[in-house]
Amino acid sequence: MSSNGSSSQETGLSPEAQGLRDQLKEGYNQIGKSPVKVDGMAKCTGATVFADDIELPRMLYCKLHRSHVAHARIVSIDTSAAEAMPGVVAVLTGDSMPETFGILPVSQDEHALCIDRVRFVGDPVAAVAAVDEDTAFEAMNKIVVEYEPLDPVFEPAKAINNEVEPLHGYGDDGNVHKRISMQFGDVDGALEEADLVLEDTMFFEGNTHLPMEQHAAVAMREPDGRVTLWSSTQTPHYVHRAVSKVLGMPPSRVRVIACPNGGGFGGKSDPFNHEIVVAKFALMTNRPVKITLTREEVFYCHRGRHPVLMNIKTGFRKDGRMTGMHFQSLLDGGAYGSYGVASTYYTGALQTVTYDIPTYRFDGVRTFTNKPPCGPKRGHGTPQPRFGVEVQLDKAAHALGLDPAQMRLDTLQPSNSVTANWLRIGSMGLGPCIEKVVEGSDWKNKHGKLPYGKGVGIACSSYICGAGLPIYWNAMPHSGVTVQLDRGGGVAVFCGETEIGQGSDTVLAMCVAEVLGVELTDIRLTVADTHTTPVDLGSYSSRVTLMVGHAAFQAAERARELLAKAAAKKLEVPSVRLRFAENRVFDVQDPERGMEFADAVKLAEAAYGTIAVAGWYTPPPSPGKYRGAGVGPSPAYSYSSAVIQVDVDPETGLVDIEKIWVAHDVGQCINEMLVIGQVEGSVYMGLGEAVMEEMAYRGNRFGVHKIPSLLEYKSPTTKEMPPVETYIIEDPDPNGPFGAKEVGQGPLLPIMPAVANAIFDAVGVRVDEVPITPDKVLKALGAKDKRCGPRSFPDLKITDTMRVKTEAEGGDGTAPRPPKKKKPEKGKGEEVKAS
Amino acid sequence: MSTTKPAHPPTRTVHRVFYVNGEEHEVAFAPHKTLLEVLREDLGLTGTKHGCELGECGTCTVLVDGEPILSCLMLGLECDGRRIDTIEGMAGESGAHPLQTKFAEFGAAQCGYCTPGFLLTAQAVLEEDPAPSREKLAEELSGNLCRCTGYLKIFEAIEQVAAEKRGEAAGE
Repeated sequence: MSSNGSSSQETGLSPEAQGLRDQLKEGYNQIGKSPVKVDGMAKCTGATVFADDIELPRMLYCKLHRSHVAHARIVSIDTSAAEAMPGVVAVLTGDSMPETFGILPVSQDEHALCIDRVRFVGDPVAAVAAVDEDTAFEAMNKIVVEYEPLDPVFEPAKAINNEVEPLHGYGDDGNVHKRISMQFGDVDGALEEADLVLEDTMFFEGNTHLPMEQHAAVAMREPDGRVTLWSSTQTPHYVHRAVSKVLGMPPSRVRVIACPNGGGFGGKSDPFNHEIVVAKFALMTNRPVKITLTREEVFYCHRGRHPVLMNIKTGFRKDGRMTGMHFQSLLDGGAYGSYGVASTYYTGALQTVTYDIPTYRFDGVRTFTNKPPCGPKRGHGTPQPRFGVEVQLDKAAHALGLDPAQMRLDTLQPSNSVTANWLRIGSMGLGPCIEKVVEGSDWKNKHGKLPYGKGVGIACSSYICGAGLPIYWNAMPHSGVTVQLDRGGGVAVFCGETEIGQGSDTVLAMCVAEVLGVELTDIRLTVADTHTTPVDLGSYSSRVTLMVGHAAFQAAERARELLAKAAAKKLEVPSVRLRFAENRVFDVQDPERGMEFADAVKLAEAAYGTIAVAGWYTPPPSPGKYRGAGVGPSPAYSYSSAVIQVDVDPETGLVDIEKIWVAHDVGQCINEMLVIGQVEGSVYMGLGEAVMEEMAYRGNRFGVHKIPSLLEYKSPTTKEMPPVETYIIEDPDPNGPFGAKEVGQGPLLPIMPAVANAIFDAVGVRVDEVPITPDKVLKALGAKDKRCGPRSFPDLKITDTMRVKTEAEGGDGTAPRPPKKKKPEKGKGEEVKAS
Repeated sequence: MSTTKPAHPPTRTVHRVFYVNGEEHEVAFAPHKTLLEVLREDLGLTGTKHGCELGECGTCTVLVDGEPILSCLMLGLECDGRRIDTIEGMAGESGAHPLQTKFAEFGAAQCGYCTPGFLLTAQAVLEEDPAPSREKLAEELSGNLCRCTGYLKIFEAIEQVAAEKRGEAAGE
């Protein structure tokens, strides 16, 4: 019987499990503290081995010949001059790899090298492997491709009309990759009931991840014929699947190792052409092959933020509460599917998790265009709608004479609730987030009260802590961890998770160290290796802390259980009373009575054999059962709020960001320093999106990127970074490991709308478009309606809208009837007046 | 693939002497190579990273005769007889340089890819000005891009090192 906790008889837990619960209640060994990252010193001494740092004997260098036209049929490819060059060892074209790949099972639309068609400037057509990089480059330029030009399409509004030949032979309709329409409750009725209806058209320009590390990959044929691929990827598990599929090799013969990524932000989450090509070359030549993309190629690989045109119609009551929302999005997907189907759903999924929106309709369309493919960037599909919703809320508050911060506080979605679109909310710390930034920024004395030119704006957001469903649907765990104990007290931990700078290695080590009561230096990690580590799906959707954390906890607990049993017997203490801390196992009632952790391992190994145990995690099922309900559910949701103060120069339109106050509900910090680092990094990246970053193409010059360089693609430097005041809200979520929720993506989301809202407070204009560059501010200042932004929204050609009853209507999460055929809604949305 | 084509000629190299991280190295390299390439490919010092190879991002910064230099813009030939300091030489026999330790402690390195460039630039800044203001630091580091941290932890780590060197607590 424990003196401090409840007994195992009362809780139904085993005495060992109860002992751990009691131990955690008494205080943490590691959790919530800020130890140096386990890879911290390696990164500060140049010791970390990134993919391009790998150098192997007789290594060849690969270059890809990429299309310089946006849309064409390939008539012929002449590689003879390249092949004849001394030093060229192998040349590849697409016909050798006819199998398609892609991240989503529904969008297997890429070839390792294009076979009959190129779809954007940068699409790879052929590849060269040569003895050195210069020779490979020269040979790559000697490849001659004859094209038969096809009409390109660069604008989604044109793509939707199917004026040009579709890029792909699949999708919902011509160049419409995906068309979605779903309604939860009676939105039309709710809008009629409203005291105020606002309709806004807004645009969020695309932007890119810009990791400092250019993608690199090295492949090697092992003596036994297997192939090993090292790559700067966030998702080794999916690369493993893609390489196996395209090369036609059993997965057991393909090994993928993700090197620590020099920044990812979503840009290294797709399997890429170059990874498959070097693996193929390694098998062909029996020599190691490396490729490192140039910075320009990284821009063309892209997979970044989708440009999204939005139309938002929302009904408000006088007190600011919403009655319903009709949200429409049109995504510019670029040339391939990538994560696009998920991205499209995400533009409609998370509007409901911050404020109470009792009825909700979402229409979304993603089009193919002849530009680099868009995909997931930090916030995946949610920053664009969040910008629209938060700016519109600010307009509503202004129109209703309400304080925008208080109005948000008054309309919060409650904790432990189900949203109109059937997302289950657990802990919900947005209220405290808003209160913190309001107080910290002195909002009440600033909003509407600062002199002309200066202003403050507020915005909020939420993000998932991992997707509830895996990318390819299956019943297996999303994350696995194995823990193996040494007789000397060392702890070997194996997990497929991938360190991309966010600190996942440290989170993994800290969770294990917490449970076993050992130091971080006792832990050795083996990660992100498909040959040696249990599957973790990858570093995307802010899933790692929650899912790896759970799996690590379970594996460590199972190891602890064996040690506790063996130690309890030896110490003659009930195992519920045992505590694991400071590398010792001891009786909580008599701490002198105990043993070294290493001795407990020896006892357990003698009693039970080699100590090697596994833990795993699968998210709980979602209450939503309708088609499309797979995107949006998450074990938990994080919340953020930001207040931003700006100084706008009405003569030049320049926006100086003076200070940012940001609060984030992380549930529980695993490592507080890393949490603050993720918040500050998210704020920084959001700031770049808010005021400067954009993927800009020369539509009149065949879709060439205007600015594919680090100098010209503007991103914030040390000089643009304002002071940031960060507040961490800790309200442990029952679904998070130790109560932890995500922090890597959520805090980016409120930044862009908070800037826009602050500009309104400063100079009274609305810039309904991101990035908010000085020319747009000036345009708005000069406009009659004091606004700069899109003026119309095209007809999305929705014919069927799936209707799902909300919980309030007595629904059960399903769409009860198959969607009825409806006539196209005439005239609706053709030309919508923006408020 | 044809097996009859002429063999690839061996790369013509030049021999030069560099003083790298306090040691004399005679190194053979192709004369068109940048210092970045010589360091990474011919000396095996892969701690120096690259982000653009066009002088835009500061990632490849090393110290040449104590000055921060973009190694992607300098030819190896220009370094004959000069003193080059890279991240690999930053830690001394007594352990890590205080900047390295503080960068790790403050979380100033997230992905760590830009970190070597920042550390060497910061080292040069502190040698010239033991008490740089935040504005001065922002100016001096403005050529180094970081996409992870938002720069704040980098500032704080450098300021802490400067303060400790002066025997003060940071922020005073």
